[in-house]
Amino acid sequence: MTASLTLVVLMAVLFGAGISIMLERSLTRVLIGFLLVGNAVNILIFLMSGAPGLAPILSDGVEPDEISDPLPQVFVLTAIVINLGITAFMLALIYRSWWLAQLGSAGDLVDDEEELAEDAEEAADLIRSSAADDAAIQELIDASGEEADELVVQSPVADDEEVRR
Amino acid sequence: MTASLVPLVVLLPLLGAAVALILGRYRRVQMGVGVAVLSVVAIIAAVLLAAADAGEPTVVAVGGWEAPFGIVLVVDRLSAIMLLISAIVLLVVLVYAVGQGVADRHRETPVSIFHPSYLILSAGVFNAFIAGDLFNLYVGFEILLAASYVLLTLGGTGERIRAGVTYIIVSLVSSLFFLSAIALVYGATGTANIAQLSVRIAELPQHVQLILHLLLLMAFGIKAAVFPLSFWLPDSYPTAPAPVTAVFAGLLTKVGVYAIIRTETVIFAEHDLSILLMVVGGLTMLIGILGALTQADIKRLLSFTLVSHIGYMIFGIAVGGELGLAATIYYVVHHITVQTTLFLTTGLIERFGGATSINRLAGLLKASPLLGILFFVPALNLGGIPPFSGFLGKTGLFLAGADEANGTDAAGTAWLVWAVIAAGAITSLITLYALTRFWNMVFWRGRGELEGYESELLGSVQEAPAGATVTATRTTPVLMVAATCTLVALTLALTIFAGPLFELAGRAAENLGDPSVYVSLVFPGGIR
Repeated sequence: MTASLTLVVLMAVLFGAGISIMLERSLTRVLIGFLLVGNAVNILIFLMSGAPGLAPILSDGVEPDEISDPLPQVFVLTAIVINLGITAFMLALIYRSWWLAQLGSAGDLVDDEEELAEDAEEAADLIRSSAADDAAIQELIDASGEEADELVVQSPVADDEEVRR
Repeated sequence: MTASLVPLVVLLPLLGAAVALILGRYRRVQMGVGVAVLSVVAIIAAVLLAAADAGEPTVVAVGGWEAPFGIVLVVDRLSAIMLLISAIVLLVVLVYAVGQGVADRHRETPVSIFHPSYLILSAGVFNAFIAGDLFNLYVGFEILLAASYVLLTLGGTGERIRAGVTYIIVSLVSSLFFLSAIALVYGATGTANIAQLSVRIAELPQHVQLILHLLLLMAFGIKAAVFPLSFWLPDSYPTAPAPVTAVFAGLLTKVGVYAIIRTETVIFAEHDLSILLMVVGGLTMLIGILGALTQADIKRLLSFTLVSHIGYMIFGIAVGGELGLAATIYYVVHHITVQTTLFLTTGLIERFGGATSINRLAGLLKASPLLGILFFVPALNLGGIPPFSGFLGKTGLFLAGADEANGTDAAGTAWLVWAVIAAGAITSLITLYALTRFWNMVFWRGRGELEGYESELLGSVQEAPAGATVTATRTTPVLMVAATCTLVALTLALTIFAGPLFELAGRAAENLGDPSVYVSLVFPGGIR
């Protein structure tokens, strides 16, 4: 069996770096370490396929001895897909544990009472202000008959802005 | 005819999972799909077992590509037995989970993701049991592990994330070990087909065999929770919801044990590491059960007994021979059912009493006599009291060990076997002590005695690290109780029908005794 020295060195470096990062406490580093070691293992599998050769398609004029071994490549593809899925799950897990560390489980809760109180206050403001506006508009209409139309058109816009603020 | 059934045991749960995921909003449909799929798989497994026992094991070359180029699925007696028992246990636990889900609507578990994950877990377990190819075995492991990550962190509470992180990282490391082992095995032999490996590994130099053998055992040992590699289990299992813990405890470690059986009997049939396995088995028993002694929390206590009893199976594999393997197979089946039952009962206790600690529960026998029986019977069974199946399985293992010790010429080996048998007997007694102590305190002790109760027995127990408290609900859903009763009945059936079952296990072990049986199954026309 022949193997490429470059790949062997690369694999060794990935293994070494990956394992040393995996030993850290931080979850994100563990994930990075896992990715490095996972790739190192993939290269190990690839190395096991022996010397590179022609594309593994049997046709006329191609000797079976000349093609490269396709099986390890299939293993590597499967392993990459599995690693991808696990990485996605790990990222979600890391995000979740960060969330819990920052906010605690209270971060998940929407406080009903506080929100209800805020809602009630807002609603009361709205009613109060619109009632006051209505009264003001009525006064204006009463005071000057001709300009009333314009004011009626403008005032709802002003009302909305006030509520938003 | 049976050949077309084999791929279905993996395909049906996967399709079921897809349907359950799409229909996430319709809880009843989800439950129906899960129960239907697992029932069908159980029936298929029974058919396959009948066929395999009639002397026609089923071998399927997936996609029509013959071995060694294609992937083969092999269902011999051992695989069929494992398929059947795991399908039944998965089905019963699913019914239990449905009962709990219906009762706990909208509590801490978001159930819409539970059913798909559970079915994918089942698919992975079944795939591991029928794999005739090392890489396919790896894929089976990964399927069940990925699903188990989701199930263990269900709901994403702080406690579960913490426990899940340990479990996930340990599992990842074991998967990397397994994958590296496959790469090296492939490099050394040029194949991943288990039957072909059986022939080719034997041709390798001894030291290469040793390295490959140890690598594979490391990978499977972590999954099976064998002693030096078992530290993760008692920390991660107890925090999950009761049905999830029950299934993990019953099945996941046994998948590792199954893989070790295949490794020892087929792949490395010629290469002997039985001394190592025997030492490890004995240590697993003793150290596991000593951990159980100091636990106040019943879930942690049971997790430690789980680790400890894996030791018996490893001992059986190390002893080998027809009797040893037959007893191991019988013991695996017994342990799957009894351990699952105990965890399900614990779920009922937690629900009924509002706690799982020995220091906070009392007087449950008066409150619920049925619960007392449901805990007492499997507890005695696990402890190995005659006439239950635990006693029969252990006796079988000890007899096989005694035969081995008497038959061997090396005095050292004989002493070792006797020592491990002694460790097994002690472990059995301590298990009995730990479980009956729990029973006495929780069920027998009057409710009024709980305040300020002092006893020598409770002197050394430690509480579990701060866990969430559960509010006691005095309603016990019918489905949960029915599922637990079914499993208790199943453990009793294992006792009553022990004769025929032991004979079946014996026939399965006969096949395992000679690796050429397995090889000729996959390569009927002889191997190159």
